[in-house]
Amino acid sequence: MPILTRWYVKTSLLYLVLSLLIGLLNTIQPITGLSVPAVFPVYLHLLTIGWLTLLIFGVVFWMFPKYSREQPRRSEKLGWVVYVTVNLGLVLRAASEPLNSLQPGGLWGWMLALSAGLLWIAGIMFVINTWGRVKER
Amino acid sequence: MPLLSRWMVKFALAYLALGFTLGGLLLANKGVPIHPLLWRLLPAHQEFLINGWMVHLALGVAFWILPRFAQEPKRGNTQLAWIGWVLLNLGIWGISLSPYLPGWAWMPILGRLFQAGGGLVFALYAWPRVKPSGS
Repeated sequence: MPILTRWYVKTSLLYLVLSLLIGLLNTIQPITGLSVPAVFPVYLHLLTIGWLTLLIFGVVFWMFPKYSREQPRRSEKLGWVVYVTVNLGLVLRAASEPLNSLQPGGLWGWMLALSAGLLWIAGIMFVINTWGRVKER
Repeated sequence: MPLLSRWMVKFALAYLALGFTLGGLLLANKGVPIHPLLWRLLPAHQEFLINGWMVHLALGVAFWILPRFAQEPKRGNTQLAWIGWVLLNLGIWGISLSPYLPGWAWMPILGRLFQAGGGLVFALYAWPRVKPSGS
């Protein structure tokens, strides 16, 4: 398993635990009285992007047909760019979405827009790096 | 990777790009309001990323790596898998376009029917391939 895949898969496992813990805290909120605004979309995206999509990204990078003899996994550098941008975007979103709900339209609104841009870059870069590897052999 | 898998995986990647683009617009719009009508993109964002990206990718990889049969046709009745794929896509687009077709209230129901039919047809196709390798 290549090192980048190990980073993706281990990070995805952390997101799995984190998102399920947030789901638990959200559910027991009536008992604890701890209320965090906009926590449901954060939980949903930590689970679907952080856990599922990162796991897929890592396994695709590892298992898909080789791009060429010289570049079996196409650009490893681009793979790392995707890793960094998707994680920065996700963490920034998880922090700024609740804070933006408390104070809409301020700095946290711009941070939310920045997180949207980072996540979009990650998705597009992954598609670019993977497209050429979807082939017969 | 066989032809249908290549189609499914490339469609999955295209849906990922579309879904992330719509998601980026929706998220940016939450932080820095651009236009309230952007919220109409939500069903398409959800469809593109759940059924378009994840389900498509899983079906494409399943068609590729599930055990093959010892005799031809090695991947079984592939027509069924193709039909499942077409139905799934009709469903995704039916649901995604429904917010823009206010007179067509039945469109989301038809979209879900297509998706359920696509899932059923693909499951019927894949069922016999879930077996010990080489048999």
